[in-house]
Order: sequence, then C-alpha cells, then structure tokens
Amino acid sequence: MATRPEESVAAPAAGRTIMYREALNEALREEMRRDPRIFLMGEGIGERGGSYKVTVDLLKEFGPRRVIDTPIAEASFTGAGVGAAITGMRPVVEILFVDFALLAMDQIVNQAAKVRFMTGRQGHVPLVIRTQGGVGNGLAAQHSQSLEALFYHIPGLKLVMPATPYDAKGLLKASLRQDDPVIFIEHKLLYLTTGEVPTGDYIVELGQADVKRAGSDVTIIAWSAMVLRSLQAAQKLAEQGIDAEVLDLRTLVPLDRARILESVRKTEHVVIVQEAARRGGVASDIASIIQAEAFDYLDSPIEIVAGKNTPIPYNLALESACVPQEADIITAARRAVYAD
Amino acid sequence: MYSKEFFTRLYRTMYTIRVFETRCVKLYRQGAIRGYLHSYVGEEAIATGACAAARPQDYITSTHRGHGHCIARGGDLKRMVAEITGREPGYCKGRGGSMHIADLSTGNLGANGIVGGGIPIGVGAAMGAWIRGDDRVAIVFASDGAANNGVFGESLNFAASLRLPFILVLENNQFAVSTPIEQSTAEPELFRRGLGYGIHSERVDGNNVLVVYERTAEAIEACRRGEGPILLEAVTYRQAGHHVNDPGQYMPKDRLEYYLSRDPLKIGKDLALSKGGLKEHALQRVEAEVEREMDEAVEFALNSPEPSVEEFLREVEIY
Repeated sequence: MATRPEESVAAPAAGRTIMYREALNEALREEMRRDPRIFLMGEGIGERGGSYKVTVDLLKEFGPRRVIDTPIAEASFTGAGVGAAITGMRPVVEILFVDFALLAMDQIVNQAAKVRFMTGRQGHVPLVIRTQGGVGNGLAAQHSQSLEALFYHIPGLKLVMPATPYDAKGLLKASLRQDDPVIFIEHKLLYLTTGEVPTGDYIVELGQADVKRAGSDVTIIAWSAMVLRSLQAAQKLAEQGIDAEVLDLRTLVPLDRARILESVRKTEHVVIVQEAARRGGVASDIASIIQAEAFDYLDSPIEIVAGKNTPIPYNLALESACVPQEADIITAARRAVYAD
Repeated sequence: MYSKEFFTRLYRTMYTIRVFETRCVKLYRQGAIRGYLHSYVGEEAIATGACAAARPQDYITSTHRGHGHCIARGGDLKRMVAEITGREPGYCKGRGGSMHIADLSTGNLGANGIVGGGIPIGVGAAMGAWIRGDDRVAIVFASDGAANNGVFGESLNFAASLRLPFILVLENNQFAVSTPIEQSTAEPELFRRGLGYGIHSERVDGNNVLVVYERTAEAIEACRRGEGPILLEAVTYRQAGHHVNDPGQYMPKDRLEYYLSRDPLKIGKDLALSKGGLKEHALQRVEAEVEREMDEAVEFALNSPEPSVEEFLREVEIY
C-alpha cells in the first residue's frame, strides 16, 4: 500500500524516533523474517555489522548462510547476487562505498540491468544493491562521490535515494518486494540522523516523490542528503518572506514526473539541488523534462545548484566548496523568484 | 557398463550441435542471421559430456559461443533458430540473439556477450542452492580467454571460501579471439590456477565426450557431498575462426589438422560403435532424424513473424 507523503511529514501516532541506520536495519530484519529467500552479502556485514552499522545483529538472528561476509571482490559478489536472483533468491548486496560499485559495473550494467529484457522476460533479477555515497568529512576523492547519474542512465535499473529514516525503511522494504534490480544509495552523512518511524509494517512505493515542506513561491527539488539541506534553506527563506516547497524525489528511477510538474505549475519557479558534479547530472535531465512539459508555467529560468566538476578534495574547506551549501540554495532560490 | 541409449544420446547431442552450427553459418551467409555468430564446431564434446552428467534441476551459465550448451541442456531447436533469426517465438522474442540465448526452463541462465560475465552468475546460482540446502549444482562454462579476466580469480576464490557446489568447466580452445593461449599467459596449463585457490582442479581431454562426462559426473557428486567447487580444464580446439566472418588464418595449419583428426564427433562415433556396441546404420538413423529436426526448425523460424515494433515501444516505456 502506498503511503501518502503527508503521513511521512506528520508524525504518525505509533511513531518513535530512530536513526536512519536503525530504520534500514529494521527493514532488513523484518523482511528477512518475512521472506526466507532474502539474504545479505557484503564486506564486513556479519560480526562487524557493517561499516555504518546497518546490519548489526543480523548474523546472530539469521546465521552465516543468510548474512555472508565476502572477500573484497565487488565484481564477483555482485555477480553472485545476480545469479542468485535469477534462480529465485532475493539477495541484498552491500557495496561499502558507491565508488567501489565501479568495480562491479559489468555485473550491474551488462548483466543485472539487462537479464529481464535480453531473455524475453523469462528471467528477472530481484537484486537490491545497497551502497552509500556523498561527501563525508574528508574522505577524499575515492570515497565521497555521488554517482547516481551513472545508474540513472542505464535502462533496466531502479534507483532509490532516501533522505529520512521513514523513507529509508519504507523504500528498502518496497525494493525487497519487487522484481527488478535496485540501486539503493544511502548517504554517509544521514546514518545518524533521526526521524519518526512507525512500529508497524509499511512500505513507501517506488516512484513517488514526497513534499517534505509545502510552499507556494518556489519549488526546491532535491534527493538524499540535499533534501535536509534544502529544508534548512527553506527555513531561512521563510524568514526572508519566501515560501519554498521542498520536493524530495526519493527515487530517481522511477521518476515521479507528475508530482514534479504539479509543484512547478503551482510555484512557477524551480531550483534543483544535486550534490553530484554538475556535468551530465540528473538535475539537467529533470530540468529538460520541466522545460518540455511545463514551459508555459515557468516564470524564471530553472536554477541548478550542483557539485563542482571536480574530484572531491580532502581538505574540509575545499570539500565544502565543491558541494551545494545552504547559502547556495538560498541564493539560487532568491534569484529564481527575482528577490534581489 | 553404459547402455546403447546412453551412447546414442551423447552422439545425438553432439551431432545436433554440429548440424545446428553448420546450418546457422549457412543462414548467416544467406542474410537470415545478423550480428555475431560464434560457432561451437570442434568443441561439441564438452557441452555434451558435461550436461549429460547433470540433472534437469541443475544450473548452467554459458558463453558467447553458447549454442552447444543450450542444445546439450535440451533446448528447443525451433525456438533457438527463431531467436538467432530474430523472430518473435524465439527464446528471447528476438531481443537477445545468438549471444544472449537463455532457457530458464532447462536451468540455462544464459549465454553471455561479456567474456567471463557468466562466471560470478554461476557462483550466485550455486550460492542459492547452498543457502536453501538443496543439492543442485551450478556448472559454469567459460573460455580460456575468460581465465585471464578478473572475475575468474575472484569467483573461484569466493566459491572456494564457501565450498559452494560450483563447477567451472574451462573450455580451453587455445585462442582468445585471435591471440593464442601461449601468448596471453605464462602458464597455459590453466587448471593449475584452481590449485592456487585450494580447489580440486584437473585437465581433461575436451574432445572425448566420455571423458568429459565421467569427470563432470565425479565433480557433480563431489559438489553434492559439499566438496566443491571444482575446476575442469577441457582442452579442445576451435575448428574455425573466432566468429563467422573470421577466416582464422592465424591458426597454425598443422595444429588444426591434428585436432581435425581428433574431431569430437569422430571420437564420439568410435566410442558408440566400440563401447556402446551400436551399429553404423543406427547412428546414420540418428543423423537423419537430427537433420530432419533441424530442417523443421529452420522452416519454423523463417516462417515465424518478427517481433512487433509497436509492442516493443510500449514495453520500453517502463524502463
């Protein structure tokens, strides 16, 4: 059942406040109890519970055949996920950093994404690849990238990027109950963030964007960690008399075009915020959709606030300079509504 | 110790592969097949012997040179030719072609256009069986070329660490496209690599269908006992170039002649006559039946509709 976005903003009655990583842990635990075909593999996910503690205590409950520590060999264990999925299992492969997914791109792009199509729908690949991206605090060029555009570009993959504990749990559960390969990208700065999560079972259907803050003057479109940053910017904008709507896409594939266009038609001004490097990014594609389908509604050029076209530097000041900050979002929104 | 039926079955499968490949090359020349076509002629004993040792519920993954594996698992010739000629009733509705034929109904998880791409997929199939606790095994066919790719080592190591029911049948046809094996590695005895991963590994005569059958049967039994994985290097030779448009002029004549004298069909026939006690005319009857079946498959394919573009375009909306 689809959960309406409003419910995720308002605190559900049965809700508790838990961390993003705990929400993910609950999703895995509950789904593994429900479905014996689900198993996990990845580097250090067993006894250690994963680098970001998402798989804590799952080995204890499900044993070493359903929580498998792998060698540091992304191509083969991702490929093993593909093979297990084709033969009726529901693997969750954890790739420690999205940067390391590049080692497994043949299995993701040439195999997982294409099996259903290439086999004339004889086979399908219900594989969830959990990984995490984005800048942390000085993790430098090979552990900080935002690579969603690579997956967004590949037909046959679904692409999920939750921003809140509620969405993380509901989207992971939904991903485990459908039949296509899902790239599920968490953000390293979100694991310790908290939010309301109900105790009961629920899912968040893929392909439904969520209005995280309703507003009437400008639409700020974001996903993953940039949603939180956009909400903070919206708060400041409100103090300046600008009522921003923050639309969290939650999944990039499928993309909720309807809700994007609905918001754009309402506010007539758009800012798209992406942490990833600007060139060839998802924001550009969303901008092209908006201009093609809602051109007459736009009152100003679409603003894109994005990462700089650079490898991520180690030094913290340099790191901050190359991904969108609250001030950048505020500036773009003010420009969009001709406030200055 | 083996029945007449057993040898008849082996010979029928090998002969079917030979006729299938020969006919497909002809169809290619006539323009009925597009793209790439990699012939398995000369390597028939490997797919035939290995698949004869497996049960229907076991899994295989195949290669870009994959028609033989599909046939040896019991694939339907009509649907195969239909696929290779890009028709709607083909295995993949004309969307896959020669390099992507899969037949999930026979546990064939698919050919693969990426050299080595099927190896980790086979690890996953074996892993599923291991998790469920059933006694299926996964047989992965891969080439000597794939042995030099990263996933070869990663997959053997990973499968060995979990003792998965995984059998890697390395079809060493001695050429990676056009590069001879001696040139691409300092250790052309590829089975030795498996030893380094702590895996039982051996080299077998890939042109002798009975040898391949027996070694694979032993490997499968070992895997079902939890003593996998196992690496079998089956030495063979491509009797033609890499694909239909490669004349293979780089292949040394004397070596080719040697392997032509050890043609797997010839060896299979001799085995059927000597060990199987079959008569020449019985095998000729098999050959006639296979050729008729192939005629029917070609006719079926060429009279089948091409896939609907409208339906395809409706389908792509969801991606």
